Amino acid sequence: MTTDTRTKRFLSWIDFRFPLTEVFERHLSKYPAPTNLNIWYLFGFLLIVVLAMQIVTGLWLMMNYTNSAEEAFSSVEYIMRDVEYGWLIRYMHAAGASAFFALIYLHMFRGMMYGSYQKPRELIWLGGWFTYLILMAEGFTGYVLPWGQMSFWAAQVIISLFSSIPVVGEDLATWIRGDYLVSGITLSRLFAFHVVLLPILLIAIVFFHILALHEIGSNNPDGIDVKKHLDEDGVPLDTKPFFPYDISHDIFALGVFLIIFCSVVFFFPTGGGYIIEYVNYEPANPLSTPAHIVPSWYYTPFYAMLRAVDFPLFGLTAKFLGFATMMAAVAIFAVLPWLDRSPVKSIKYKGILSKTFLGIFVVSFFALCYLGMVPPTETKTLLSKIFTLGYFSYFLLMPIYTRIEKCKPVPERVAEA
Amino acid sequence: MQPKSPPNPIRRQLLTSITSLLGFVGVIFAAIPFLSAFKPSARAEAAGAPVKVNISKLSPGELMTVEWRGMPVFVYKVSSEAQNALSADKSKLADPNSDQQQQPEYAQNDTRSRKKGIAVVKGVCTHLGCAPKFYPEATSQDFDPNWQGGFFCPCHGSKFDLAGRVYANVPAPTNLEVPPHYFETDSTLVIGSDGAS
Repeated sequence: MTTDTRTKRFLSWIDFRFPLTEVFERHLSKYPAPTNLNIWYLFGFLLIVVLAMQIVTGLWLMMNYTNSAEEAFSSVEYIMRDVEYGWLIRYMHAAGASAFFALIYLHMFRGMMYGSYQKPRELIWLGGWFTYLILMAEGFTGYVLPWGQMSFWAAQVIISLFSSIPVVGEDLATWIRGDYLVSGITLSRLFAFHVVLLPILLIAIVFFHILALHEIGSNNPDGIDVKKHLDEDGVPLDTKPFFPYDISHDIFALGVFLIIFCSVVFFFPTGGGYIIEYVNYEPANPLSTPAHIVPSWYYTPFYAMLRAVDFPLFGLTAKFLGFATMMAAVAIFAVLPWLDRSPVKSIKYKGILSKTFLGIFVVSFFALCYLGMVPPTETKTLLSKIFTLGYFSYFLLMPIYTRIEKCKPVPERVAEA
Repeated sequence: MQPKSPPNPIRRQLLTSITSLLGFVGVIFAAIPFLSAFKPSARAEAAGAPVKVNISKLSPGELMTVEWRGMPVFVYKVSSEAQNALSADKSKLADPNSDQQQQPEYAQNDTRSRKKGIAVVKGVCTHLGCAPKFYPEATSQDFDPNWQGGFFCPCHGSKFDLAGRVYANVPAPTNLEVPPHYFETDSTLVIGSDGAS
């Protein structure tokens, strides 16, 4: 018996019991990737790699980390100083968190640009949105674990947000903290969320996201429905198999990404205070707030909105309205598929209004990101208000501007684009 | 053989509904221990007991930070001129008469204190829980050129006067909270209890 037939026999033994070949073909070797995918389509793959890296480095960190108020800070120092390569694992995990957000923002922007949330991809978009929510929770809980000054006060500020909810707020905040103020009790439960609950949810939702994607198929930069033109085997003509043609692009992109990522990990591990904030090298002190509290860069757009709402309205406190605005800014992504009334998917064929409003959104997002990092002044608060309006105008005016604008005709085939 | 539809579909529907309802009630009861385990534990509650502070050495303009329930409580003296100023100019304040219940009844006055001249407030900004910084002097500051003395929260720029009353148009919605407290003797302050009387 030759090796070839032996492998075949082994495979058929497996396939009889588990759909191995079928899964491989469906999700890799026969998954049709449109031929016109561009650089924006690399981030999904990179996100999966970063997720895997966070799980591995996280697991290793957990082996040496202690989740008590007394020992958390020193156990992180222990990892940094005494554990072999502990510094590398921790820096990878910290920089990995920032990379995760950078990539997911690019990935989301791709979807917004090319209308990848539109029918029939609403559930893919919702799955992605939910992944983003879980990731935000994961980022926050992880940030608290080193129990430095920023960890403590970030927890204090974020959990206090819930106390602004009318009537039940105070009790809810105490319930979340398990104490009257953020304490070791709070730290322990956030640790449990960070290492068990949220990663399980994250993996489950990513699985759902990919399954939904592979059911419908990838969108493309032109928003052309490639399934309209099939070859004799029923495979869309304007596609190529994901494996090996598309994954080879992804692997190349991974190389480029790792060069950047490793440069950060090895040469700028704290990222100038943006990846690991310097104040966090001081142990948590419940009696003294650091002079200038800022969340990680990936939350600052929403933080700027929180600060921008400084006026009470309709009998609700400014604090609650700020919290509600911030929540709405994250939640509103979920309804995007139903706000877009455009007959075309891609920004390439949408009208000038869609392009303008997407531009306003991007400018507002970056401006808020900056404004959330700097101390508040009157001018900056005013700017935050303006950019908050800019941010929401993209979403809330979408049903109007996507209906009235004139779109360009979408070509039938990729070659005509 | 193909299963036939149930002889009495309404009866089956009813049984299904009752079973589902009962299961749902069971889930709610089963959730109670899990949700309750999130509440402050007996140990955390015990840590919330009253604390005694010796204030005999407190000098004017000095801020004493006392830990109670893990929170900072600020204790400081307010001079009589400053007290008069607190009663005189209330134009910048959001709640000058302390109408919102952020203090025990005995502290609902212009200085928001039980004993004139000794202020006791929680050092927790009513916005998002940062510890406000103490700027007792009435001198020009970066954040306010007409500063009259009081607290400034570095996190989001909320301002409070020397009685812990919040300024209007800042993120914090209410005055700083005055914790329950009483003076056991002239020099002993007890925080966390209203006292026997």
